[in-house]
Amino acid sequence: MNLEVADLRLSFGGLLAIDGLSFGVGENEIVSVIGPNGAGKTSAFNCVTGFYRPTAGRILLDGQDVSGRRPEQIAAMGVARTFQNLRLFGELSVLDNVRAGTHLWSRQRAIDALLHTPRFRRTENEVTDEAHRWLDFVGLRGDRAGPARALPYGEQRRVEIARALARRPSLLLLDEPAAGLNHSEKAEMTDLIRRIRELGISIALIEHDMGLVMEVSERVVVLNFGREIADGPPEQVRRDPQVIEAYLGRDAEDSEIAEIIGDGHG
Amino acid sequence: MSAPGTGGASGLDRVSGFARGLFDSRWPGPVLLLAALLGPFVNATPYALNLMTTTAISVMLAVGLNIVVGYCGLLDLGYAAFFAVGAYTSGVLATRFDWPLLATVPVVLVATVIAGIVIGGPTLRLRSDYLAIVTLGFGEIIRITANNLDVTGGPSGIHGIPGLFGGEDKVVFYYATVVIVALAVIGAARLGRSRIGRAWRFVREDEDAAAAMGVSPYRVKLAAYIAGAVWGGLAGVLFGAHLSAVSPGSFRFLDSALILMAVVLGGMGSNPGVVLGAIVLAVLPEALRDLVDWQYFVFGVLLILVMLVRPQGLWPARSRETPQDAARAVRPEVRA
Amino acid sequence: MSQLIWNGLFVGAFYSLVALGYSMVYGIIKLLNFAHGDLYMLGAFAGFAMLGAAGGVFGSMTLLPLLVVLVLTMAATGLAGVALERVAYRPLRGAPRLSLLITAVGASFALEYGMHLVAGADPRVYPVRLGGTTLDLLGARVTVQQLVLVLIAVALMIVLNVLVTRSREGRAMRAIALDPRAARLMGIDVDAVISRAFFLGSALAGAAGVMAGAYYGKIDFLMGFLIGLKAFTAAVIGGIGNIPGTMLGGLLLGLLESFGTYWLGGEWRDVFAFGVLILFLTVRPTGLLGERVTERV
Repeated sequence: MNLEVADLRLSFGGLLAIDGLSFGVGENEIVSVIGPNGAGKTSAFNCVTGFYRPTAGRILLDGQDVSGRRPEQIAAMGVARTFQNLRLFGELSVLDNVRAGTHLWSRQRAIDALLHTPRFRRTENEVTDEAHRWLDFVGLRGDRAGPARALPYGEQRRVEIARALARRPSLLLLDEPAAGLNHSEKAEMTDLIRRIRELGISIALIEHDMGLVMEVSERVVVLNFGREIADGPPEQVRRDPQVIEAYLGRDAEDSEIAEIIGDGHG
Repeated sequence: MSAPGTGGASGLDRVSGFARGLFDSRWPGPVLLLAALLGPFVNATPYALNLMTTTAISVMLAVGLNIVVGYCGLLDLGYAAFFAVGAYTSGVLATRFDWPLLATVPVVLVATVIAGIVIGGPTLRLRSDYLAIVTLGFGEIIRITANNLDVTGGPSGIHGIPGLFGGEDKVVFYYATVVIVALAVIGAARLGRSRIGRAWRFVREDEDAAAAMGVSPYRVKLAAYIAGAVWGGLAGVLFGAHLSAVSPGSFRFLDSALILMAVVLGGMGSNPGVVLGAIVLAVLPEALRDLVDWQYFVFGVLLILVMLVRPQGLWPARSRETPQDAARAVRPEVRA
Repeated sequence: MSQLIWNGLFVGAFYSLVALGYSMVYGIIKLLNFAHGDLYMLGAFAGFAMLGAAGGVFGSMTLLPLLVVLVLTMAATGLAGVALERVAYRPLRGAPRLSLLITAVGASFALEYGMHLVAGADPRVYPVRLGGTTLDLLGARVTVQQLVLVLIAVALMIVLNVLVTRSREGRAMRAIALDPRAARLMGIDVDAVISRAFFLGSALAGAAGVMAGAYYGKIDFLMGFLIGLKAFTAAVIGGIGNIPGTMLGGLLLGLLESFGTYWLGGEWRDVFAFGVLILFLTVRPTGLLGERVTERV
């Protein structure tokens, strides 16, 4: 799926959170959105997924203007997302969490459930199998039958991604998927993101871990104070003076720049 | 809400190992049904029959309210309104237009669905706590309206409602009630374990995350609300037929609160729990008649205590998967 | 016409007084304190007990003892509100909203039927009734007692408003309303501020209870239920959490009811009030003076 954000603006009262942001995610492309804290990255994601109504600007999914639609309508278009601060259904089982992703495409009516028709059994098995399949795909090791909140943090991140994938999305928005993960988990996450792309899904990614960003992205969009200050391939963006300034301030030493934007994990 | 068995120090938790085995097994339902069916053979006095019938009807109400409060997490403080809509609709049709009671059921269904849409439609977009007050207000509106209108018989209500099949024996009516209530309980449980039931819980747990997965919180809530309305309305038909009369005095806030109490005490979201809760709350006051003045005070304190000490209720909802689902053998490969 | 307006404003002053407590607590911790109306009932009974105990001491001077009792009652119901918060609500801070609401319903039940146990089901006749010299005010018949009660209500509301808008305490309350965690980090004793908000709100409800007892002459253990609902309606009309808005809402609801009753008949009065509530929640849930909030994900 093709996402295009054109001249997006968003203000809360008098505060301008996003000020004329434009970027795109092409078919089967991984685009990272980076920038300092408070730059408006998550706000932009919230606009795209319908959680915020943009003050101005357009959001196009495969050319169709979807700005102002509600989250469930955006999801119905084939968009799935994860949240920065994990939004799992904590009390529900891990499997149930992933089953949530199947809601849109599972064809089961209330009457099937009341009468336990063959269709009910078939769709229930289908949904459970699908949940297992995506949990396998993200490499979940923990207990699938118990409540999601019982899993360690890193595992919960995987469950959230599995839930989004069970939606069978064409566009996936990941909001800091590697936040709070340790070194080896980050490596696995990098691999997971690549494998998701191999499924033919377009990915927009917010991430602070530059190693991960540089490694997986085709393009990087840099935000600062609600504005886009750079957009291009990772190699080009990491040498952009404006980006360096936004991250480090004007008088940064070269060595610091190398350390932070440079070759984190390779 | 803390999950089953995580409360720590409370005495109830100490037996949770045994209790969980009991909670998750399948036999309590059939055993209870058998007990209900055998009841009249043990004691068929009018008093006992009356108590058993009333208990069965409160079970149905509790199960219906559980769909709204337990599954979907919406606090409905005016549930008696749907009960009233069902009872009055069938009562008015049966007494003023001489319809057989069963023939009124389709009309009752339509009326409760409409009532659910009228009440839920505008209010389910609101924050959850506003919903509580608005449903309370609607409960009062329905009661006051029934009290003021002529067609509903004013304060004295409607009399002479025929039985389900037109003046059948009390035992026959009891058995019919048990069958209907059993179906209602099974129906609610089945809805709870289905796609829509899961959607209710997703919305209860986290509306935003649910919406991000394409679950429309509003539509899902409305569905829960309407389902609750239908259960309540049908229970109302049984209620009218049982007493052969309905009056506004049966649909006070107190009555809504008592149904809520059954749901909270038994375990929100737990079908066996709310059945148990409804039975306890219907039978206990009869057993403790000398303490009748204390009843509602104790209910109030109990509500607070349950929330503080054991928010999951006496018989908590099961959150674990069945072993079959937890490890389905066949796992086809991921599409590439 | 002006009679209708006066009646509306008079009843509305009561609504405002009770609604303020609702609104303050809601504004700060987003808790719909269901038992708030029952604190009003508690106030009425506390006043009843004190006046009864004082017996004939005051003789025919009715206003002064009433004021003394009013102040004592405010202290008593204020403390009751604080106790309620400590016992039933504070342990659940951070719990799902549903749990808190259910607890509040339980608290309401416990207060109502606790009073039922203590005082019985029959209405009690208030030992003090204010004398009813009638004045003619712009074509409306106004009794002196009505005027006094309205003045007391207005005075209390002004004091509250000054307290909340001008003092450190008020700033702390608003800070907690915006972000409890940040407020705590800034050194605000969140628990203490919430306690004091409960105290103030409950004291106002208690005052309203005594005044209602003295005016209507009869009190019973369920008298708080309906006024609790009405007060909530008033708070919603004005903008819950907004103090001037809530006062305005109470007066407006009083007026609406007064005219609604006149047109539709007394038996539809409560239906009318709830209709207004539902209409407002549907059309303008933030109330007349409330601010629209963008919820963040």
